[in-house]
Amino acid sequence: MRIRSSAIVMTVYLMFLLIPIYWLINMSLKTNTEITSTFTLWPQNFTLQNYVTILTDPSWYMGYVNSLIYVTMNVVISLTVALPAAYAFSRYNFMGDKHLFFWLLTNRMAPPAVFALPFFQLYSSVGLFDTHIAIALAHCLFNVPLAVWILEGFMRGVPKEIDETAYIDGYSFGRFFVRIFMPLIASGIGVAAFFCFMFSWVELLLSRTLATVNAKSIAATMTRTVSASGMDWGVLAAAGVLTLVPGALVIYFVRNYIAKGFALGRV
Amino acid sequence: MEKTQNNKAWFLVLPVLVLVAFSAILPLMTVVNYAFNDTFGNNEFFWAGLDWFEDQITSDRLHDALGRQILFSLIILAIEVPLGIFIALNMPKSGFWASFCLVLMALPLLIPFNVVGTIWQIFGRVDIGLLGHTLAALGIDYNYTNDPLDAWITVVIMDVWHWTSLVALLCYAGLQSIPQAYYQAAKIDQATRWSVFRYIELPKMKGVLLIAVLLRFMDSFMIYTEPFVLTGGGPGNSTTFLSIDLAKMATGQFDLGPAAAFSIMYFLVILLISWVFYTAMTNLDREENR
Repeated sequence: MRIRSSAIVMTVYLMFLLIPIYWLINMSLKTNTEITSTFTLWPQNFTLQNYVTILTDPSWYMGYVNSLIYVTMNVVISLTVALPAAYAFSRYNFMGDKHLFFWLLTNRMAPPAVFALPFFQLYSSVGLFDTHIAIALAHCLFNVPLAVWILEGFMRGVPKEIDETAYIDGYSFGRFFVRIFMPLIASGIGVAAFFCFMFSWVELLLSRTLATVNAKSIAATMTRTVSASGMDWGVLAAAGVLTLVPGALVIYFVRNYIAKGFALGRV
Repeated sequence: MEKTQNNKAWFLVLPVLVLVAFSAILPLMTVVNYAFNDTFGNNEFFWAGLDWFEDQITSDRLHDALGRQILFSLIILAIEVPLGIFIALNMPKSGFWASFCLVLMALPLLIPFNVVGTIWQIFGRVDIGLLGHTLAALGIDYNYTNDPLDAWITVVIMDVWHWTSLVALLCYAGLQSIPQAYYQAAKIDQATRWSVFRYIELPKMKGVLLIAVLLRFMDSFMIYTEPFVLTGGGPGNSTTFLSIDLAKMATGQFDLGPAAAFSIMYFLVILLISWVFYTAMTNLDREENR
């Protein structure tokens, strides 16, 4: 009896989650005339035209390319600096470590709106405005702390004896770190990379402020779909569906670690 | 784990420090600069002292936005935390269905924030949306673009849709770490379902619940993109939360001084709340390690 009631609860909840997503997909497969003139639960005139529009128009698909470029840059930068730092936090006590750790947390919690304008001016003054690297660096604000926290959580689980054995065997720190330690926390690195990817991918405010043309993200492109003939709902929906794809693809691989990642590595 | 004292570890932390200093401290200094100065262009600045702060503290606009913000965050927590716990308790414990639920539940979390807004825009509109259309067909007068209350309800439901899974996933991870022996002992003692929850499951979930509340509170406190896309802060100002108000002031009207003063106060509030949670979290860690 209990199993049955919980199955009902889960079914209702999952329906609640999926119906809006279904509606988006439904919209993306309709023509604009069908969307605005009739109300249908599934596409009557099935069309892929909306997707074709996006994949052939550079002002649309360059949005995806730009987003992917700065997201990738951000993941690489974040992980490179976060790995040694997380190791330091997980292994050593040093002067001011607790304060530093807290300060990092506050950057994860800082509202991007506070930083939007200063970023705009800072990057304009050093000539980085409207470049991919500017957005990648700006996103480091919240992704580096996140990566440090997640990696620290995973590194704690690796016994210290491994480090000591490696030193006795004559490994230098660099070689030990790359050859022995990193493979041991491979899943942690994967999860941290995944979360950096996602948070950079979903962010709109900073990427919209810092780019106008050359590095314009897909999120920013999507905010302007009002054409001469009114709202272009079909294309907007199709663009939305395409932004779901990267998340849906990688989610399967990290499903058992999602909770740990969201908990900043502290489950 | 016993940690060794080693100040050379600073060298390992240095790259993070430099990077975050570049992307956090430098911009923040610009904000501080604007907050205490007035400018008429040409990079000429005049010392304004605390004028902007007084200006902001007494401004009705800020009070209204702050009031809406607090109300919104409290409503969100009051719905999402109990609902998340409830969902976590009902999730399958293992096997195919557990993975199945995990993947589907995580899906909303990984949708770009502006697409979340778009999804609900398309879903809620009376002319083209399933929700809006259904409600209209039932004879309920619903229009989130005109009616403040409807806009609020839509924004809240959107946030519940977006983030309840996060609370549920965290609680689920906490529940998974409870050894089976605890439940068996409870069964022998003939504990009721409620006391199992109250004395076994809830204490074990304390740590993750704290993180869940922290994340949900902070993220809802600086919510920007979703309501911006869905309602644009309207109708009127009814869904203009702090971040939306700030972004309007700073990048829309270029009122740099007031916006900067606003930013600093906003940031200090966030700092204070983070510190309270962080202290609670580290205390909890220490208790568990004892």
